[in-house]
Amino acid sequence: MNIYESLCDIIGGDYVSRQAEDLYIYSRDSGTQPPRHVDYVVMPKTVEEVRHILMLANRERIPVTPLGGGFTLSALVVPHKGGIVMDMKRMDRIIEINELSRYALIEAGVSQAALRAYLKKHHPRLQHSTPEAPPTVTIVGNALIQGHGHLTPRYGLHSDMINGMEVVLPTGEICKLGSSALSPSWYARGPIPDLPGLFIGWFGTTGVVTKLSMKLYPRPHYREVLVFSSDDIDAIPEVIFETTQLDLLEDFFLIMQEKPDWMNHIFYVVILSAHFEEELAMKMRAFTNLCNKTGNGNTIKVVKDLHPALRTRFLDVPPKAAVAADFRKGGGFQYSAAILPFDKVPAIWRKGIEIAHKHDMIASYVHQVLTCHSIMFSFNYSFNRADNNDIEAARQAIDESNRFTLDIGGMIWKGEADAQKLVMEKMDPGTANLIRKIKKTMDPNGIMNPGNWEVS
Amino acid sequence: MKYDDILHRCFRCGYCKLTDDYEDFNCPPYRKYRFESFSPGGRMWLIRAWQQGDIQITERFQKILYSCTMCANCVEHCIFPFSDDLANIFIAAREAVTEEGIIPPTVRDYLKSIHAYGNPYKEPAELRGAWADGSPVPVYDGHEYLLYIGCVGSYDERGQLIARAVANILCKIDVTFGILGEEEICDGNEVRALGETWLFDRLARKNIERFKARNIKKIITLDPHAYNTFAGDYKNLGADIEVHHYTQILADRMDSLIPSLKECTATVTYHDPCYLGRHNGLYEEPRSILAALPGITLVDMASNRRNALCCGGGGGNFFSDVLGGGRESPAKIRIDQALDTGARIIAVACPQCAKMLEDAIKAEDREDRLEVADIAEIIERCLG
Ligand SMILES: Cc1cc2nc3c(=O)[nH]c(=O)nc-3n(C[C@H](O)[C@H](O)[C@H](O)COP(=O)(O)OP(=O)(O)OC[C@H]3O[C@@H](n4cnc5c(N)ncnc54)[C@H](O)[C@@H]3O)c2cc1C
Ligand code: SF4
Ligand code: SF4
Repeated sequence: MNIYESLCDIIGGDYVSRQAEDLYIYSRDSGTQPPRHVDYVVMPKTVEEVRHILMLANRERIPVTPLGGGFTLSALVVPHKGGIVMDMKRMDRIIEINELSRYALIEAGVSQAALRAYLKKHHPRLQHSTPEAPPTVTIVGNALIQGHGHLTPRYGLHSDMINGMEVVLPTGEICKLGSSALSPSWYARGPIPDLPGLFIGWFGTTGVVTKLSMKLYPRPHYREVLVFSSDDIDAIPEVIFETTQLDLLEDFFLIMQEKPDWMNHIFYVVILSAHFEEELAMKMRAFTNLCNKTGNGNTIKVVKDLHPALRTRFLDVPPKAAVAADFRKGGGFQYSAAILPFDKVPAIWRKGIEIAHKHDMIASYVHQVLTCHSIMFSFNYSFNRADNNDIEAARQAIDESNRFTLDIGGMIWKGEADAQKLVMEKMDPGTANLIRKIKKTMDPNGIMNPGNWEVS
Repeated sequence: MKYDDILHRCFRCGYCKLTDDYEDFNCPPYRKYRFESFSPGGRMWLIRAWQQGDIQITERFQKILYSCTMCANCVEHCIFPFSDDLANIFIAAREAVTEEGIIPPTVRDYLKSIHAYGNPYKEPAELRGAWADGSPVPVYDGHEYLLYIGCVGSYDERGQLIARAVANILCKIDVTFGILGEEEICDGNEVRALGETWLFDRLARKNIERFKARNIKKIITLDPHAYNTFAGDYKNLGADIEVHHYTQILADRMDSLIPSLKECTATVTYHDPCYLGRHNGLYEEPRSILAALPGITLVDMASNRRNALCCGGGGGNFFSDVLGGGRESPAKIRIDQALDTGARIIAVACPQCAKMLEDAIKAEDREDRLEVADIAEIIERCLG
């Protein structure tokens, strides 16, 4: 049996493809990275199928790239060395919602949309933290890249919300991590060695996650948005500090776009939620007072009469961010994202504008504050997919943004292969060596998404 | 190709595959095949790839292109400004493929039959009005309305039953109408959807001439497919006609029917045909008829109106069957959705939906639990 026949034997011919059309689609994403070759696409339905595919790939030394929604925009799911793209979307069961312990046990292909709709219908008092990404992206793909969503400012990154996982190692072993290693319940991650960390932030290079337990949170009755505007870039760290110091907000992000003119300011968007009307009113009052006090009332101003469309955009979970991202109206978008301490924001804010102008683009920002400790700063580059020069300009702008991020002591989030190379070059040699050792131990034949986190 | 200036604008974000609340995938071919290439965005990217010479017209490409049922879920749910053009883009791609002369065999057969016989069943024109034999339905002769039946209602046995039911009720409420009988020819909606623009144009102009020659100004259609092309494409070609689907006429005149209706206890769910619903915004008329029937309890499926799942027969698939059957076929999923409501009858307003859903019920062995009935047939039962 050849590889194709073996794959068909494992999961049935309907869900294996080596046809040019399918390979074309899976060989590229919506970002700026050039297409790369794919040999097979498979869509397993069960953990046993995943296991058999990995054992086959390991035996034959064929690369395997796990794919959720495929929407990092940095082509993390486009193989560098060909092989099998494992599209997880058929593993789409919501296995358990535990109301009392507030977690959802899901399979790897469950989308943000599916969990959201399911909770709304069956468990309306609970919610999960949802990214602004298109609704078809997966919970697992997003959590594994340390994604962030509307509850992140309050509760942390999505990777922090993981209670446990079921994983298939490249060598075919199936392991349960977290409380599920000891009990049928998936309610907690520790206190045992923190093995989920072996799969978080690794871009699919250590194994395939087949199930994941994600924390759920109470869904309050009321949500409201308060927006401050400002033109004082240097005051940003102080405003973020004071706003998070109140410890009362649900979501908190900063936006700016040079065009149209009315958007060309720093907007602080604070989302407040509450179980009671009085509670909401109190929170609104507290933040309005904060605004009036900061810099003697001169640094930030409350935006009155917020346009209804903006109010919807801010309060929608998830918002239709893809439309805003396509501000060049050319179907292409990628962003370079930096995780930074607050004090670095003024410098990177100015640099981002400089980079955009250098490439004849308008600067556009959406940055989310991650709990009260750091910020996810994104340089947004919208481009025209029909114009190769435009794509190249965006690619260069991303590279320059990545380099600056590292120069000022930031960390690049979900970077494409070139960005990962920059990170590895800068990394403490002991740490880089540990990464190499872990990869070698877990994936002796280097079949898992090779080309990512490579140590030279 | 037309619209080639838009193709690159698809972000492949996937809103188009979903319903409003994101609860379900609602693009029939994507739901069945699950490869991204079968999603609306995948189609956009592949059409562009073909235009750029990166892929060829292979069997797989044809399957991807022709399995689209033109259900317009993507048109309704894509969040970008070009969303209105999506189904037309897919038609334009089929048009361009047709120009290359490489189309799926079942599509070719369908088009050939229409070309040669004026219907897909390879039946003689003389039999087109046979469904009305023995009924008081007259041939059109200056009546207020023309009742246009279409190919499925004219030749398919199941379709004929629906045609008779509709005609019978129109008579009952004293609508003055006639049919064209053997003079009727295919409306061309599927021909257009399959990208055979030249043939569509011929059919449309021929029909328009016939309407003009007989001074036909008002048309009632049995079939939402005919309604769609008459109300849209034909008008764009200059047809001076007022077009109604039969459910619009009945919804308007329920008052005159109600006194003759007897109680008919049943729980009914309604399946929105894409060419009535998403394509033309007619969601409430059929429901208002059902809701007015004594004894009928109307319950909606979770996916309804603009979120209804297509039966799988649109865009020419009723005849070409490029989408194909199987457990993941939309008709079977739709049956499950109907069963979830607890209804015993799934009401339709389209002979193609009726056939598709009925076949699925048979294939799933669910005849003891669910029955397909056209709205007109349900009314007939209430008439006793
Ligand atoms: C307009 C827009 C807005 C966005 N906003 C946000 C936002 O607010 N917050 C945010 O976090 N992101 C955001 N994103 C980025 C991105 O879309 C998301 O992070 C997305 O959730 C990633 O999930 P995915 O399913 O697409 O992952 P994928 O791209 O499929 O996978 C990500 C990585 O995880 C690996 N992987 C996937 N599944 C598995 C598995 N089962 N086992 C092992 N490895 C696996 C892949 O190999 C890959 O390396 C945005 C993107 C866009 C386009
Ligand atoms: S058709 Fe619209 S919604 Fe669908 S992937 Fe393309 S841009 Fe997104
Ligand atoms: S028209 Fe319907 S079948 Fe065709 S791509 Fe759009 S959603 Fe899918």
